Amino acid sequence: MPVNFFPAQFEVIRNTDKCIKCRACERQCSNEVHFYDADYDKMLTKDAQCVDCQRCVCICPTGALKIRPNENAFRESANYTQQIMIENYRQAGSGGVLLSSMGTPKDYPVYWDKILINASQVTNPSIDPLREPMETKVFLGKKPSTIKKNPDGSINTELPPHLELNIPIMFSAMSYGSISKNAHESLARAAAELGTYYNTGEGGLHKDFYQYGENTIVQVASGRFGVFKGYLEAGAAIEIKMGQGAKPGIGGHLPGAKIREDVSRTRMIPMGTDAISPAPHHDIYSIEDLRQLIFSLKEATEYKKPVIVKIAAVHNVAAIASGIARSGADIIAIDGFRGGTGAAPTRIRDNVGIPIELALAAVDQRLRDEGIRNEVSIVVGGSIRSSSDAVKAIALGADAIYIGTPALLALGCHLCRSCHSGKCNWGIATQRPDLVKRLNPEIGYQRLVNLVHAWDHEIKEMMGGMGINSIESLRGNRLMLRGIGLNQKELDILGIQHAGE
Amino acid sequence: MATKINATGMHYKDLNHLVSSAKDKDIIIENALGHRYIGSSAADKNIEIHGIPGNALGAYLNDCRINVFANAQDATGDTMNSGEIIIHGNCGDAAGYGMRDGKILIKGSAGYRAGIHMKEYQSHIPMIVIGEKVGDFLGEYQAGGRIIVLGIGHEDECPVGSFCGTGMHGGAIYIRTEHAPKGLPVQVKCTDASPEDIEAIRPDVEEFAASFGYNADELLKSHFFKLVPNTANPYKQLYVNN
Ligand code: SF4
Ligand code: SF4
Repeated sequence: MPVNFFPAQFEVIRNTDKCIKCRACERQCSNEVHFYDADYDKMLTKDAQCVDCQRCVCICPTGALKIRPNENAFRESANYTQQIMIENYRQAGSGGVLLSSMGTPKDYPVYWDKILINASQVTNPSIDPLREPMETKVFLGKKPSTIKKNPDGSINTELPPHLELNIPIMFSAMSYGSISKNAHESLARAAAELGTYYNTGEGGLHKDFYQYGENTIVQVASGRFGVFKGYLEAGAAIEIKMGQGAKPGIGGHLPGAKIREDVSRTRMIPMGTDAISPAPHHDIYSIEDLRQLIFSLKEATEYKKPVIVKIAAVHNVAAIASGIARSGADIIAIDGFRGGTGAAPTRIRDNVGIPIELALAAVDQRLRDEGIRNEVSIVVGGSIRSSSDAVKAIALGADAIYIGTPALLALGCHLCRSCHSGKCNWGIATQRPDLVKRLNPEIGYQRLVNLVHAWDHEIKEMMGGMGINSIESLRGNRLMLRGIGLNQKELDILGIQHAGE
Repeated sequence: MATKINATGMHYKDLNHLVSSAKDKDIIIENALGHRYIGSSAADKNIEIHGIPGNALGAYLNDCRINVFANAQDATGDTMNSGEIIIHGNCGDAAGYGMRDGKILIKGSAGYRAGIHMKEYQSHIPMIVIGEKVGDFLGEYQAGGRIIVLGIGHEDECPVGSFCGTGMHGGAIYIRTEHAPKGLPVQVKCTDASPEDIEAIRPDVEEFAASFGYNADELLKSHFFKLVPNTANPYKQLYVNN
């Protein structure tokens, strides 16, 4: 028997006093970890297959299960960590590129946690959102810099197209194919109820969801999956995907195995064939080329829909954003490197890109300096985990935020980072019908609505605390922020002072 | 009746508005000069273009016929859904980017990346015929449909450029030549076209010949190479779960 170079990463612990051998865990685990041995009349496990998705733990009627990291330890080294060693073993065994999913687990600085929010005391009294009206509605799109008059002297009130959000939170792009139909339905219905938007990702729009078009952003990526006139017209806005925070410079490959009939029809691609959307759009090599695609989409939709250009946060993001703001785009979406993904090469996910906090601050400042901030709205995503992250993002200059991972958490995701396996036990990142049906869109959508309502209320409380009653007055209001434990360079980039200053 | 539009001095936005709002099915555009997006997402129209249209001609096209009596530029038929674009001249880069149905017939040569991301599904099968030569990266990432390069007038050389079929994982490319393309990627298989293959492309070549005054039987008598991918899942072996 060949030697396995590394042990199981998790240990399934069963309290045999509590276990009633109902075999629910066995039925629920798509990784086939649990099994019943009739000879010994015992539930046994194959720990090596466990991904710590917590499904069996949550489902066990007697609470008999626990998943723990395997305590077995390689000889300690701060340089060659156990993780690095295992990754090298995996590659030596297969010759493959390491593939992971969701946001990087690495210990990079989270600047949100090093920024503190202000509150009013004595002067400029705080506001109680339960008592007084608070405005969290935002409009995304170009804001004209001049007032135009009609020949008869009246003011021309025609505005470029806008998105109207009741709450400055949208669901970020996750394609049908990478996530399930029930997950999409939950997002679509939640967006409609909340008065905000979800994003199709690059996988086309399922025919059942055209009814939510008013609350849908349709995405166009290099593979052009499912893009046709009806699709472009169905959405409230069109997003051109140039990049994704978790994998800047890398495109999408949806493996053929995930392309079953429905996904094939929605993406308008053959069944069973890999869906490849490389990072570059091979017709875009310059801002001028980007402009061509933007206006081709605007022409196709009669200039009625705002066009969003989504980019990954990378080193020279401010210069890129400046180009995009001049390209005719109405909205720039910037995705930070801690953002999630349904599949990305591990090395890219863990090493390429920059934190969204720094990217946002740099972009907002650059566009202000150049006097073109009103040309575009800025939407940021790529690890905004809570309402306080959202408030900080808006105060740093964002018009609205995209949430992806928190939305999946609302649907049951436990961040096991195994989406690329297609066997998500929570019915989210899978196309297997038996798994998909575990996610009830009726419940899923309600949980999403709950989450966003809760965040909205918290945002209002924090705004009220600052004595601000309109989100417009919070945007770019960096005086409301202070850094904690940051060096001068970091403070300069973020454009904020240190706590105590 | 046909609507006649003189495009001289007109912004593309105004021109395209006239095209999309025209009541007639037949539209004749004269003096086109780099106007972009002509026929973009148009449906059920018959557009004749005299002069040179600009980039992204017939993008997202639906069931529409566009005849160009000159050269066309880049991104012709981008993400075309159905219909027909007939170019009585040469065509720029990225012709038929991501097209999933319909036909593009080019009398002369085409630039780089023709047929990139072309894909088929169910009964929708796109097709491009190029009369003369074509640049590098023909059929890049092709996931379906047929690309036919006839090499007319270039019989003593290979009529396709370098890196043909890079990332190709579906569909087929037919090349009328004695000179097989060199340096094909490992996942692309190049064989002599069989009599069945020739029959399969006969209707396409006949349509090309009828459009531009060639003899299809003569063209089909020549030797063709057929390029197909040997896997629909080029990335399957690439990754290891982490
Ligand atoms: S993979 Fe999930 S369901 Fe299976 S044993 Fe591990 S935690 Fe339980
Ligand atoms: S979506 Fe599913 S597979 Fe992906 S991290 Fe969440 S629980 Fe795991």
